[in-house]
Amino acid sequence: MVPKTDDGAVELIFRRESGRAVATLTRLFGDIDIAEEAVQEAFVTATSRWREMGIPMNPGGWIVTTAKNKALDRIRRESTRGDRHVAALLLHDNTDQAPEDRGSVEDDRLRLIFTCCHPALAPETQIALTLRLLAGLQTTEIARAFLVPEATMAQRLVRAKHKIRDAGIPYRVPQASELPSRIPPVLAVVYLIFNEGYAASHGDDLVRSELCEEAVRLARLLAALMPDELEVTGLLALLLLIDARRPARTTRDGSLVVLAAQDRSRWDTSLIAEGLELVRDCLRRNRPGPYQIQAAINAVHCDARSAESTDWIQILQLYDQLLALAPTPVVALNRSVAVAEVDGPGAALQLVSALRLDGYHPYHATRADLLRRLGRSDEARVEYLAALANTSNESERGFLEERLRVL
Amino acid sequence: MKQYLLSVHTPADAPMPSEEELGAMYASVDAFNAELQAAGGWVFAGGLYPPSSATVVHARDGEVVTTDGPFAETKEQLGGVWIIEASDLDAALTWAGKASASCGAPVEVRPFQELPA
Repeated sequence: MVPKTDDGAVELIFRRESGRAVATLTRLFGDIDIAEEAVQEAFVTATSRWREMGIPMNPGGWIVTTAKNKALDRIRRESTRGDRHVAALLLHDNTDQAPEDRGSVEDDRLRLIFTCCHPALAPETQIALTLRLLAGLQTTEIARAFLVPEATMAQRLVRAKHKIRDAGIPYRVPQASELPSRIPPVLAVVYLIFNEGYAASHGDDLVRSELCEEAVRLARLLAALMPDELEVTGLLALLLLIDARRPARTTRDGSLVVLAAQDRSRWDTSLIAEGLELVRDCLRRNRPGPYQIQAAINAVHCDARSAESTDWIQILQLYDQLLALAPTPVVALNRSVAVAEVDGPGAALQLVSALRLDGYHPYHATRADLLRRLGRSDEARVEYLAALANTSNESERGFLEERLRVL
Repeated sequence: MKQYLLSVHTPADAPMPSEEELGAMYASVDAFNAELQAAGGWVFAGGLYPPSSATVVHARDGEVVTTDGPFAETKEQLGGVWIIEASDLDAALTWAGKASASCGAPVEVRPFQELPA
């Protein structure tokens, strides 16, 4: 036992352990609602108990055991519940309280994320459920991060949990043959959580950096659980390499600093080293996919000592590969930035003009920058204004307004 | 085992398919039904006459009112149903995918409520 504790320490443990505990309880009781409520109650007990007796050696195991007992109590109280709960009661009433072995517990979390990201649930619901059940975020925090009233978010979560129960969305890791269709939504959810934190269109600062950290943690978990799925490794590498630049991406007063102008000494070198190693690992295994290629592009950026020494030819080659795999207008837009560096802004502008991305602020910002570099200031001004009209992020707006001012 | 309703939704104003197209559709639906029966997932299935053949009956305050249907004039109308048994939603969705391919229309999957124990 460690000495006395405070509620902050318990909250930290909640963040780290609640997803694991909810996942395990869901396996034991076959019901997400029961699992979630029992884990919440166990932490309420922990807050008062640990204040007196200190934090136990294995707080996760303590939480699972306590939550198990809470759930059994509840089922005994509500004896009218369906057969499977009675069965669960009979099955687990006499089990010893030894902590679950690590392997099956980790599988529990993988099962739960595949349930949360089931294609029968809407994407915004998948994100909310993942943050609630696996990352242990409170409903009010998720609501704030996605700028919806708390009651709306609470209702969305309740509906989703009922759909999982009523429609029989399974709690299991999909078979190998199903993985190609089931992994992409899981990766998309983790990437969206990261992006919401990184380039949030809204929300307050604190919650946003937290979303980045949750996404990285989920990506680490997925990569550890599915080491042979290279796109999972690719996503983790991508997030690490983007996250490594976060300290240099804003000035002290919160305004945006573009990649070329960043103080590279502020990049997180250990995250970069980790990300580069994962990218090399992917390259060696040679089964490229969109996340791996995006990670490789970011690896080239992170590898350059200065903006001027960036290997744009290699970046353009990677974008060519990415565009072949994922021929979307957004990829084409990002590729045009590399084209501008290799073949000049005129060639890039020609490509960009063929895209249909009106109203997407990076499209207008890219056009504005290319026009500015070509000395076409009047047209650039129109595009900067269009970009401004399409973003509500304060640091983005500050950056665009500054560009407009010096035009 | 759970039971699911697989309902086929077709545009209400879709042109009548040709004899040939109908024949091909019936053949592929028959093949799907045979597969479903062989796997033990079949409970019931049937195609419906067009919505213009429907009648709505509503009993209210001891009086039964009968009107020319369908109940709701929507752009898509129910064309037919399957009732299947499946272990979970994934299994039901796999059957629904095959059902949709066989009839050439979108298929909605809805779980039946369990009978009270």
